[in-house]
Amino acid sequence: MSDQKNQDFLNELGADYQYGFSDPDIASFRPEKGLTREIVKQISAFKEEPEWMLNLRLKAYEHYINRPMPGWGPDLSDLDLDNIYYYVRPPEVNQKSWDDVPDTIKNTFDKLGIPEAEQKFLAGVGAQYDSEMVYHSIQENLEKQGVVFLSIENGLKEYPELFREHFGTVVPYQDNKFSALNTAVWSGGSFVYVPKGVKVDLPLQAYFRLNNPNLGQFERSLIIADEGSQVHYVEGCTAPIYSEDSLHSGVIEIVVKKNARVRYSTIQNWSTNVYNLVTQRAVVYENGTMEWVDANLGSKVTMKYPSCYLRGEGAHGEVLSVAFAGPGQVQDAGSKMIHFVPNTSSKITSKSISRGNGRSSYRGLVRVANNVDKANSSVVCDALLLDPESGSDTYPTIDIRSSDVNIGHEASVSRIGEEQLFYLNSRGLTDEEATTMIVSGFIEPLVKELPMEYAIEMNRLIQLQMIGSVG
Amino acid sequence: MTKIEIKDLHVNIGEKEILKGFNLTVNGGEVHALMGPNGTGKSTLAYALMGHPRYEVIKGDILLDGESIMEMSVDERARRGLFLAFQYPVAIPGVTLANFLRSALNAKAKALNPEDKGISLVNFRRLLRSKMDLLKMDYAFGARYLNDGFSGGEKKRAEVLQMAMLEPRIAILDETDSGLDIDALRIVADGVHQLQSDTLGVILITHYQRMLEYMQPQFVHIMYGGAIVESGGAELALKLEEQGYDWIRDKYPDTRKTG
Repeated sequence: MSDQKNQDFLNELGADYQYGFSDPDIASFRPEKGLTREIVKQISAFKEEPEWMLNLRLKAYEHYINRPMPGWGPDLSDLDLDNIYYYVRPPEVNQKSWDDVPDTIKNTFDKLGIPEAEQKFLAGVGAQYDSEMVYHSIQENLEKQGVVFLSIENGLKEYPELFREHFGTVVPYQDNKFSALNTAVWSGGSFVYVPKGVKVDLPLQAYFRLNNPNLGQFERSLIIADEGSQVHYVEGCTAPIYSEDSLHSGVIEIVVKKNARVRYSTIQNWSTNVYNLVTQRAVVYENGTMEWVDANLGSKVTMKYPSCYLRGEGAHGEVLSVAFAGPGQVQDAGSKMIHFVPNTSSKITSKSISRGNGRSSYRGLVRVANNVDKANSSVVCDALLLDPESGSDTYPTIDIRSSDVNIGHEASVSRIGEEQLFYLNSRGLTDEEATTMIVSGFIEPLVKELPMEYAIEMNRLIQLQMIGSVG
Repeated sequence: MTKIEIKDLHVNIGEKEILKGFNLTVNGGEVHALMGPNGTGKSTLAYALMGHPRYEVIKGDILLDGESIMEMSVDERARRGLFLAFQYPVAIPGVTLANFLRSALNAKAKALNPEDKGISLVNFRRLLRSKMDLLKMDYAFGARYLNDGFSGGEKKRAEVLQMAMLEPRIAILDETDSGLDIDALRIVADGVHQLQSDTLGVILITHYQRMLEYMQPQFVHIMYGGAIVESGGAELALKLEEQGYDWIRDKYPDTRKTG
């Protein structure tokens, strides 16, 4: 497809999908590229953090420096960790009201359609612009119910004990090299607390956006769902396009207490130069339910395995993920489900689409610990290849140390069939329209789980991914 | 005035020649029944008219309103008003029948007029429901995934629903009546009958007299060995009903059965 045609298509979709825009650099503080102990200290000082956090950051930094790069998974050899800014702060932080948000930032949000979305049905918005929360609002009824939805920085300031009790307990910095890095330099993200028995009806939403070349974005979120509570948190990511490689390495920690239910939905659409290396994990206690809904469309390389540690009887963990690897992209996605106690269940549904020379893989682990009976797990991986150049791999690991368990694993790989194309063509749809329709149908089980506006965005993003996919 | 002219059509699948000089002209308002033993090339004709890439036309021409469609893609033929009701429609999981039909309608409208903004949801729903009424279909059908888990009868009904929605000018019905019980057959045949108009030409591929009773074709053709060997009116179909195809085989001993 020609550039002009591309542009027409983008115009048709609306200006909010032209991610090539980039605002003038308004960042007020930017240390040198690369990471030193001194920068870690500076970040902590800027945030006026308590000493325990500074110490934790420094310990994590030491661990990060000494820990080798992961020796498995996608090739990260082009990722130059010394060529990245580890902290950037916009001039205004934590605006409470939309009117206070600087115009340049507002323009960017306008292009992303955030205010409109908020007017319609946002329960609360935390939008991350570079490394700080710049805008945060929460509806009155949530505050009345005692629901806390703050930037991670304000969470630490306003709820120091609750914060310290849980921070780093779900994903310790020693977990992996990038969780160590995140713990050392984290900035931005959300802090959510839902009190006992409170059910948050509308999804809590946060938008993330990178606006600086070579900016490492290290958001950190901590969500605590107290006993019997329910919440759905939605994270959507977009990023403008830059030529130099960028790194996004977030850590999401979720605590699902007894009888609580949490759903965390992500639409990841980083520009195709971003390394997206994320650790997302939930600990689920008695009769709790954790659901990860995870869509990975963008980035150069994504490594992301949302996981559930099932630690209470009756706990249930679920992952529904879709990965779309276009030309030059590697989506290494999957899940980890660890059954620590009996009578726990997990379900992984993974769908991947590859086109061009894109490569999407399912990498998963289901582990049932020693003497844990009556664990149930089902894993279904479906891969759709759009052309002969694309590829898909499956790396399922099933580690069962108990006998009385019920584990199922199914995997399928399919290509878009000539007969399906012919059928849709025969109704007047072009190859591209027909292929897009087949792909949309393939991911429908995930899309229908998303809030409406995300479902629409997801379908548009798929349309964008499909531009030029056919001859 | 709608008119399709199929002239001396020779079609190969792989190395094998299936159609061997097929000729037929169908005008708007006409219904042509195409009958014949299995393996004489009836479905091949249907696929070749629609432009399936694996059906290679080695000789002959197809003219729609005087213009050759040989160089047109499948979707372009469809947008020009050609429609094939499939004998075995494929499933498209995750795509609802309603969404699919709306996309198809919009693709067609946009091809005619690039400025077309597409049919509104309200108008679409109204249209869909009126056509579903015609075929005595439950409205909930629109929310099901296209042909996914449909019974044989449901698939055929969905094909006719698509035909009703897309309002083709030339429709090829490839054994739309097969695999249906008597009630379903009546509904489907009745539905197709109601779609008949002066602007629609129909090629009806069938084995059964019953469908013809509803459709009352003006022309009945018998296909054998990749070409039409006998043409006539309703009496020809009755003769087949009574005598089967043996007399055809006897009459055309040199015509070998193909594909």
